Amino acid sequence: MLAYTVRRLLGTIPLLLAASILTFLLIDLSGDPLADLRVQQPPVPEEVIKAEEARLYLDRSLPERYVLWLTGIGGNGDIGLLRGKFGPSVQGADYDIGHALAERLGTTLRLVSAALLLALGLAILSGVISALRQYSMVDYTLTLIGFLALAMPTFWLGALIKEAGVWVNQQTGYTIFYTVGATSADTRGFTTAQLLADHLGHLVLPTLTLMLTGYAAWSRYQRTSMLEVLNSDYVRLARAKGLPNRVVLRRHALRTALIPLTTVVAVTVAGTVDGVILIETVFQWRGLGDFFVEAIKRNDSYALMGWLMLSGTAVIIANLIADLLYGVLDPRIRYE
Amino acid sequence: MSDLHPPASTPAPSASAASPDPVDRSAEHGQLRMVATRFLRHRMAMASLTVLVLTVLFAFLGPLLWPWDHTVHREILPNQPPSWAHPFGTTNAGHDVLGQLMRGTQQTLKVALTVSVLATAFGALWGAVAGYYRGWIDAVMMRIVDVLMVVPLLVAVAAISGNVRGGTTWWAVALIIALFSWTTIARVVRGVVLSLREQEFVEAARAAGASDARIVLHHLLPNAAGPTIVAATLLIATSILLEASMSFLGFGIQAPDISLGLMIDNARTAAFTRPWLFYPPGLFIVMICLTINFIGDGLRDALDPRQTITRR
Amino acid sequence: MTSTNHAPNPATAAADAPVLSVTDLHVRIPTSEGDVHAVRGISYHLRRGEALGIVGESGSGKSVSALAVLGLLPRTARVSGSIQVAGYEVVGRKDAELTRIRGARVAMVFQDPLTSLNPVHPIGTQITEAIHAHRDVSRAAARERAVELLRTVGIPQPEQRIDAYPHELSGGMRQRVVLAIAMANDPDVIIADEPTTALDVTVQAQVLDALQAARRATGAALVLITHDLGIAAGHVDRVAVMYAGRIVETGSVDEVFSSPQMPYTLGLLGSQPRMDAAPHSRLVPIPGAPPSPDHQLSGCAFAPRCPLAKPVCRTSTPQLTAVSDTHAAACHFADQLAGIRPEELFASNTAPSANPLPEAVERTRSRGEPVLVAEGLVKHFPVRSKGLIRRRSGEIHAVCDVSLTLHAHQTLALVGESGCGKSTTARMLLNLIPPTRGRVSYRGQTLTGLSSSRMRPLRRSMQIVFQDPFASLDPRMTVFDAVAEPLRVHGQFRNGGAERVRELFRLVGLDPAHGNRYPHEFSGGQRQRVGIARALALEPEVLVLDEPVSALDVSVQAGVINLLEELQERLGLSYLFVSHDLAVVRHLADQVAVMYLGRIVETAPVERLFTAAAHPYTQALISAVPIPDPRRERARQRIVLRGDVPSPMHPPSGCRFRTRCPVFARLTEAEQARCATEVPTLADHGNDHAVACHYAVPRSPLGDAFPPHRTP
Repeated sequence: MLAYTVRRLLGTIPLLLAASILTFLLIDLSGDPLADLRVQQPPVPEEVIKAEEARLYLDRSLPERYVLWLTGIGGNGDIGLLRGKFGPSVQGADYDIGHALAERLGTTLRLVSAALLLALGLAILSGVISALRQYSMVDYTLTLIGFLALAMPTFWLGALIKEAGVWVNQQTGYTIFYTVGATSADTRGFTTAQLLADHLGHLVLPTLTLMLTGYAAWSRYQRTSMLEVLNSDYVRLARAKGLPNRVVLRRHALRTALIPLTTVVAVTVAGTVDGVILIETVFQWRGLGDFFVEAIKRNDSYALMGWLMLSGTAVIIANLIADLLYGVLDPRIRYE
Repeated sequence: MSDLHPPASTPAPSASAASPDPVDRSAEHGQLRMVATRFLRHRMAMASLTVLVLTVLFAFLGPLLWPWDHTVHREILPNQPPSWAHPFGTTNAGHDVLGQLMRGTQQTLKVALTVSVLATAFGALWGAVAGYYRGWIDAVMMRIVDVLMVVPLLVAVAAISGNVRGGTTWWAVALIIALFSWTTIARVVRGVVLSLREQEFVEAARAAGASDARIVLHHLLPNAAGPTIVAATLLIATSILLEASMSFLGFGIQAPDISLGLMIDNARTAAFTRPWLFYPPGLFIVMICLTINFIGDGLRDALDPRQTITRR
Repeated sequence: MTSTNHAPNPATAAADAPVLSVTDLHVRIPTSEGDVHAVRGISYHLRRGEALGIVGESGSGKSVSALAVLGLLPRTARVSGSIQVAGYEVVGRKDAELTRIRGARVAMVFQDPLTSLNPVHPIGTQITEAIHAHRDVSRAAARERAVELLRTVGIPQPEQRIDAYPHELSGGMRQRVVLAIAMANDPDVIIADEPTTALDVTVQAQVLDALQAARRATGAALVLITHDLGIAAGHVDRVAVMYAGRIVETGSVDEVFSSPQMPYTLGLLGSQPRMDAAPHSRLVPIPGAPPSPDHQLSGCAFAPRCPLAKPVCRTSTPQLTAVSDTHAAACHFADQLAGIRPEELFASNTAPSANPLPEAVERTRSRGEPVLVAEGLVKHFPVRSKGLIRRRSGEIHAVCDVSLTLHAHQTLALVGESGCGKSTTARMLLNLIPPTRGRVSYRGQTLTGLSSSRMRPLRRSMQIVFQDPFASLDPRMTVFDAVAEPLRVHGQFRNGGAERVRELFRLVGLDPAHGNRYPHEFSGGQRQRVGIARALALEPEVLVLDEPVSALDVSVQAGVINLLEELQERLGLSYLFVSHDLAVVRHLADQVAVMYLGRIVETAPVERLFTAAAHPYTQALISAVPIPDPRRERARQRIVLRGDVPSPMHPPSGCRFRTRCPVFARLTEAEQARCATEVPTLADHGNDHAVACHYAVPRSPLGDAFPPHRTP
């Protein structure tokens, strides 16, 4: 298992490299980081632009720049992914992309981890209920909720939930739901408990939104998978043994029905990244999603590359974890 | 929208094309008829199809009948709640929201259908080639798919279109979405082809001396059509949501043109003050996606009750 | 043994009271197509320790009635009538109440051992949880009991195997585990639903032995559900024949088999190929096909297929009427069946073709010149690891040094169990897959290495019929197009191709007017006829038949077998007949080659093989096939092989059969060493009989005491 994990980890390196080449090319094609500077009124002196080009290594060819970005050889010490440097930003020499990414990662992880865990729990629960009560009112209701969440644009759903929060606050006259930002603007003088409460309070609505998007896809899948298992021979044999229904469900049906879900969850992680971007925009969080949108609007190539590497790694690691989990859950899969 | 209706879209085996066939072929669509019957029995899917057809008529015929288009008109009183003259109200700048809705739905649908057609054609071909030849061809082709799938869809699309500012038209948006969304179709088709090529009827064709081309055209593609159509249908819904998200982030179709996503973006702060701007475009998106998902579900049941496809 | 269940104690009931009593059971299952009336009023009673066989074809309702006994039908199913297990009424009970009797009073063994066990739990847990469900015992005690149960059903080294996962065991072993689970609580009744259908015949013999051991150990009564009359003949005391949801005949196994009183039973016996029959004797197929379960039935369900049917049969349903104390049949004209033979009753159907051949005609088959010759065929399939670099991690030795000669107008049967390489060999003969080594030639022309375009003209001469009539026809092509495809490929369709296709339809006994239908509109037997028509389209000389009847019900299978024989005679075809079913082989073949783990171990003319098989494997194989004759079945000496077929990735050295060989076990050490090191070659025993065994001794595996069987 360990050897397999190591081999799989090594296997992700060519995948990441290929992805980095692809994205580097796309980003380069999609725009000029100094476009704004060049058309600025009044015109910026030529030497300033030249200096910026040199600072951002734009005076070099594309392949040179890629190698530089990856290795940092021949750079000014602020670039080279393998050295842990993400490169210079258009936002000035003082702006450290790596530092900014790390800072925002914490914010985003709060949102993602809570939402994914809740979505997973709810999806499994409702999938099981739907399968057990197939074609009942409960099943139809849960199915409809799932379909609705699947059909709603994430940002519109987020906006709806946000407006609902605002409405509740207005009606009650208290700030029950925080609708803007990841924390309050001014947290000076907060005790630890207050700080925690403040964080949690800001989490509620965005988490709810992200949770619903994950829940929609997974609950449908869990229902299908559960139905398949419930009709299997081994569940029939388990019942023929005289096991009580709840034991059959827990030990035989649910245990096996969870296996295919791991793959599906891993596949939807990429979708979660999309959701995070939209939800952070709606709730005005300063997390990774917001970082991404800003980087695009500024044409901040290296920031964008750093961000893409981070999300790519996340997607690949999620798939790796799913693979390993699959092996743990299903004894038929043996990794040697 | 006829390509959503199963009888029109599943290609019949066209073996008769080679030569005139004296057998009475009036009853030949037995398989299709069975699929159609099963689909028609799917009440949710049929209701959805009706709603979707009405939506399409609204988007494409509506602008011909309604006096206001999606642009600003000086005659329009700005910022009006719904009235008989403007059933969906008007915007601050002086748009008729109904006119915007028609045009927005039209643009959104054009994007989604174009994506679906382009991505399905390319993805199906890619997946079929990879699945049929297997071996290293398959390995290389599917690794490319893996690489593309590492980058989240919205991220990839936004990264490209983010810089094509000021001139993003509906077909550019469609092209960009298609560029990154064919991978799902390729995976579906490859999976189907991989299992189909091991079937005995393919072996029977090979034993009869049939060529690779004949096997692919007469046996593999017609049999892979079902899952492919389902995946293509669901891709329409995905593209609608994606287009809307792009517009919302400011990377999609640009003013003065309009799309449903752009309408929501424009009304972002208006949910309370001018709800007529905020709710209708969102509800339209939900309605279209919901009906398409139901149709996809119905098609899947009709074509193959055991088929499962993961959706993003 | 402490018992915590609260079901009535059977000791208080009268000693001869039935342990299972089914009365007027009806089961209706609602579907989108309407209600399926799967079981239409059946009654039977089972006494302590008794064995009842329920015999019927697919869709006869036999499995549904078994599931009803345990209350395991889908919740939507509507059950009426009465089922009493040791006096405890099952019908109408809640699911939770039934857990008391499930496993404790009635246990069940399902058909497919590969899907019956949960893949994610070790087999030990799956047995002990059954014990814990009904008994308050410690974990250690339950585990000990599980080991003991595994030993009873014949699993070697049960102490180690108990922690194995299902996928680590073979199908036969898994079915024994299911059997052990069934025995766990000493039930009163074990219901076995086609317990060996998914298994190979030598493994079937092992599992049936284990079933008998389980009965001895628990004293349980047995309900054995099977479609195989041979299994019923050997393993039950009484038999009930089901047709379209009803019991149409029941009685002691001797009476029902020797003097059936219902035309369907008689037809089943006549259509079953028998290994002890005279070679090339015609089977007696039952015309038509069983009614589909959602069909509304009035009168006798068998009437549409019955030669005796009179108008009364279509209006009034015959009830089970006693023929003797122990025998009852549901037929208005049961009295007309005394002493009648199947071929007399179904006379008009034995040969549906234009020129019926008198049955039992000894065919003068002159062996023609060699047509298809294979020399030293070897096939290795690489096993690759998953991942980016698909390393070759091993090889499956599917076929090893196989040489065969197919003569004109003859049928060469290639016999073996699943995984022995017979289908791979057949495909290499047709050049559908390239051999790793060796050579195939057709009438002197080497096929091996020909490009597909140079192979195309030769394809006209050799065609194939596949096993699965559902997978071998393109679901999106009309059957007309399916049959026409070979003609189109070879450019022969333009000149009267359509007429040729219609002629082919008539040739295989199908209505040409049905050409524009799709495969799903046909029954299994009809589809197989379409497959045969397609293979015949190009007027081939050689036909490879890859298990062409093994997926069909007995009554339908007989018709296809007869058709194949008839076509051979009329068209002068040569058949390579690939099969695992020795009874069918006996009917069709002239020469037989027996394969084991990639090698041919024995080849002989059919008559000689069944009277003087010399390889221990052939002997065991023949001895394992049940014969639908209760007296013979009971009198037979069986050779039951031990263990499973070794993995073809690591075949044993020397003789590949030695790990399971009963002869090997009796040899001296020096002799054994020879088996382990020296690969036995096919040694000629004269008269086309060759055996690959160092210590071959011919013997008649059927037993010499019996002359060839003539239908009763």
